[in-house]
Formats: sequence, structure tokens, C-alpha cells
Amino acid sequence: MIESPHDSVIVRQLGGLLMPIVQIFALYILFFGQYGPGGGFAGGVLLGASRIVGMLIFGEEDRPTAVARKIIKGDGLGLIIFAGAGGLCLIGGGEFLNYANIEIPGLSAPARRYLGIILAQIGVAVDIAVTAISIVFHLSFISGDGGSRD
Amino acid sequence: MTYAVELPLLVLLLLTAATAVFVKELISAVLILGSYSFFLALVWAWMGAVDVAIVEAVVGAGLSTVFFLLTLFGTAPRDTRIRRPRPPIAALIGLPFLGLLLLYAADDLPEFGDPHAPASTHVSPFYLENSIRDTYTPNVVTAVLMDYRGMDTLIETAVIFTAGIACWLLLRR
Repeated sequence: MIESPHDSVIVRQLGGLLMPIVQIFALYILFFGQYGPGGGFAGGVLLGASRIVGMLIFGEEDRPTAVARKIIKGDGLGLIIFAGAGGLCLIGGGEFLNYANIEIPGLSAPARRYLGIILAQIGVAVDIAVTAISIVFHLSFISGDGGSRD
Repeated sequence: MTYAVELPLLVLLLLTAATAVFVKELISAVLILGSYSFFLALVWAWMGAVDVAIVEAVVGAGLSTVFFLLTLFGTAPRDTRIRRPRPPIAALIGLPFLGLLLLYAADDLPEFGDPHAPASTHVSPFYLENSIRDTYTPNVVTAVLMDYRGMDTLIETAVIFTAGIACWLLLRR
């Protein structure tokens, strides 16, 4: 449906300017989530939203959509990161998702938990960003005459 | 306790919700729903739940508006015509009565921020006292979500993954 870039030069320029700013803000929210409000959910949603703005403004042919086409192949990667952090605890000899058992020498138990929380947050963020992009990507291809069938 | 901010926000919420229901075109309804979510995000931020406010602003006001608009553009006008049948008498009488009943019950709810409320005397003190020692994480919400209740969040993530897969299955070409 969105074949061509947006007509207005203002929208295109502002969109190009806004995308990296939103991405930096998303990363800030994601990694500052252990000290302030935010975390995996908010950061991931913002990351996805920045790509979606690019897809909606620049259309099917341009780079943001090509990147999105690659990104949506990574669906499930976030879940693997999160569950993998849990699996690392199993390997370390503890319970599933008990981050104190992540096997890294020279770290105290709270520091391991801190690391586990970061891994889990990255997993949640990746999962949510990819899902949001994938839904918009597929929705934007349903045709205008009443159905998605060709 | 004065309600100088809460009352206008609540009135705006009710106004936008009612307008979204009664407006003639679906596209206007979608945009008004976006503004409704934005006011809701302001309410969350005012009540101190900034995490929820961020997510509400991005998902409610931004993403779901985009989802709705893309779906509307992808459907034929005859599919999205609004028909409003008259509500049945039982609903007209029963729902206001239910609302009154809920208002009556709301009188028994604890005051906002009451330290003696059941919600803040059960397990919350344990988290507040021990989370920084256990996890090095100053934000208690993150510590609870990602560590103490990690399994819960893992299943939530799986739910979102499933939603994405379902959309792909339904909409693929």
C-alpha cells in the first residue's frame, strides 16, 4: 500500500531527523530502566516505533522498509535471549531464571543478578520491537479492495 | 487533597471516549481514540506510574492508531460503514445502575498512596527493603518485573511473540 515516499519534503526531512533521536531515546530508556522509569517494554516499543515511522514515511522502496524486511526475520530472537539468560542459570547449576547462578567468575551474586536483568530486558525489547515492526509491515500490504488475497 | 489536575483530565477522558463512540466516521473515531490514550498517559504520569505512561503514549496513542489506520485504508468503504442499532431497554436501565453500584463500592477503596492499604502492606515492603541488596537495581519495578517475577515476564514475552506470529500467519501473502 505504501509504495512511494511521502509527498511533502517537510515530512521526509523531519522523519529522517526524528528516527535516530527516537532510537537514542529508546536505548536510553532501555538501559536506564534499572535506575529510572522504563525498561524492556517501553524501550522495545520505542525502538519499533522509530522504524515504523521510517516505513510509513519512506515507503516500500526505500531503506527503512528494506531494513524492516530483514528485521522481521528475527522474530523470536528476543524470546531466545530471555530464555537463554534463564538457561545460563541452569548451566550454572541453579534454578531457571535465578540469575544468581549465571556462571561468570569474579562476580558477586547481586552483580550477576544485575547482568541477568540487563539480558532479560534486552530480550524483551528485541521481542517487542520485532513484533511491532512485523505487524505494521504485514498490515501495510493488505490491499485496498477489501482483502489481503491477491 | 485537591483535584485540580485530576478532574480536568477525567473530564477530558470521558469527553474523548464519548466522542469516539458517537462520531460519524471510523477514521475520526480512531484519531480521537489516540487522543484518549494520550490523556490516559497523562493520568498515569500524574499518578506516578511513568513506566505505564510511556508505554500507553507509544502503544495506545501511536502504534494502535497506526494499526487501525492501516486496517481502515486496507478495507473497502462498504465494510466500514457504521450501523448503530438502538440499545436494548435492559442495557439503558442496567448499565447506569451498574455504574452507580461501582461508584458506591468505590467509596470503600483505600485512599491513593495510603501506607496502610492492603496493597502496600503485603509483599511491597519486602521488595522495597531488599531489592537493592539482592539485585543492585535501584528501580524496584524493574527488579520485581525482571527478577523476582521473571517467569511471569518470560511468559508475557512469549504471548507477544505469539501475537506477532499470528499476525504474520493471517496477513502473509
